[in-house]
Amino acid sequence: MAGPIEQFEIHPVVPIEIGGLDLSFTNSALWMVIATGVASLFLTVGARRRALVPGRMQLMAEMAYEFIANMIRDNVGDAGRRYFPYIFTLFMFILFGNLLGLIPGSFTYTSHIIVTGALAVAVIISVTIIGLAKHGLHFLSLFVPSGVPALMMPLMIPIEIISYLSRPVSLSIRLFANMMAGHTMIKVFAGFVVPLGAITLGLGGLAPIAMNVALTGFELLVAFLQAYVFTVLTCLYLNDALNLH
Amino acid sequence: MVALVRSVAVAALAAVTFVGSGSAFAAAEGNGGLPQFDSSTFLPQLFWLAAILVVFFLIVRNNALPRIGEALEARRQKIDDDLDKAAAHREEAEAVMAEYEKSLAEAADKAHVVQREAAEAIASLAAARRAEVAARLAEDTKAAEARIAAAKEPAIASLQDVAADVVQQAAAKLAGMKITASEAKAAVKSSLKETG
Repeated sequence: MAGPIEQFEIHPVVPIEIGGLDLSFTNSALWMVIATGVASLFLTVGARRRALVPGRMQLMAEMAYEFIANMIRDNVGDAGRRYFPYIFTLFMFILFGNLLGLIPGSFTYTSHIIVTGALAVAVIISVTIIGLAKHGLHFLSLFVPSGVPALMMPLMIPIEIISYLSRPVSLSIRLFANMMAGHTMIKVFAGFVVPLGAITLGLGGLAPIAMNVALTGFELLVAFLQAYVFTVLTCLYLNDALNLH
Repeated sequence: MVALVRSVAVAALAAVTFVGSGSAFAAAEGNGGLPQFDSSTFLPQLFWLAAILVVFFLIVRNNALPRIGEALEARRQKIDDDLDKAAAHREEAEAVMAEYEKSLAEAADKAHVVQREAAEAIASLAAARRAEVAARLAEDTKAAEARIAAAKEPAIASLQDVAADVVQQAAAKLAGMKITASEAKAAVKSSLKETG
């Protein structure tokens, strides 16, 4: 039987090697294609008719749109409107990766630190460039906390810089660890079903199954929540860069 | 309960990955360590992540968001239009109402004027009639008084004649005196004057 960690293994689906570099199309890439494909269908087919009174799919697509639009308006303000497509893409990519990863036998690309880390680093670099472009060197005042006595500055400024640099770390590890932990737990409990059932005439298997039912519902919540948290934090960092506290 | 178990697991796994990351990088060949730290998978994952994200971003920006935005905008437009229309109708209705009230007030004013004029006309007519009737009555009274006065003179005169006659005859019968008619008349006249 597969161990709880095997679900995270990467297998090449289409081995590709270009100039000595391994660029294989793996199961991770496959599920990225599936998730973005499903998300694209959800967003384009749903709004296809542009009905005045929306159907179910259109309503859900519109709710996703307004959810992110409101999030940007509340956390960033009008200046954040330009970045709506980027943040919306980020949210949908993470959300559909998390949700489709819950299908048994699928692969959860958001459970890989290299994926979440790349997303987080991309967010921080973009936000820093946006801040520098908008405020120039004045952007560095982000590292000078207001209302702190000058004596404390030699201590506070390094702390602020470290906290800024740790943003991508916490952003990526939060998503990756949540996804990995949830999926590992489900797998661990699933692994109890057959051995427990074998020694108790099948009845003992019911307890881990019940636990997995609860965990799956919980993972649905976590899948949404982590996509939300990642996006909200991105909005907050963007707000810092645009408005400097 | 589930939440508690889960958060403990998350914390434990996060700790494990931190502690284990060093050895996991070392164990890139395969055995032991999380698949997430197998650095040979990094490049293909990053490459496809970038490629797929760019494509997805273009679909989202160029197709999905404009459509949804259009639908939302069209609905907002429609609602605003309907509200504007409703406001216009309401204004119109209020204008009609104001006009109606104005004409009602005008009609009431006119009715007041007509009523007052009618009352005045009736009053003057009544006064004229009354005056006329009073005049006629006064005339009638005067005529009747004249008639009475006219009848009174001869009556009084004939009364004196009768009285003189009575005096003449009474004197002849009672006292045996022969008095003439003119003497009797004079006596009557003088006694009338005494009694007044």
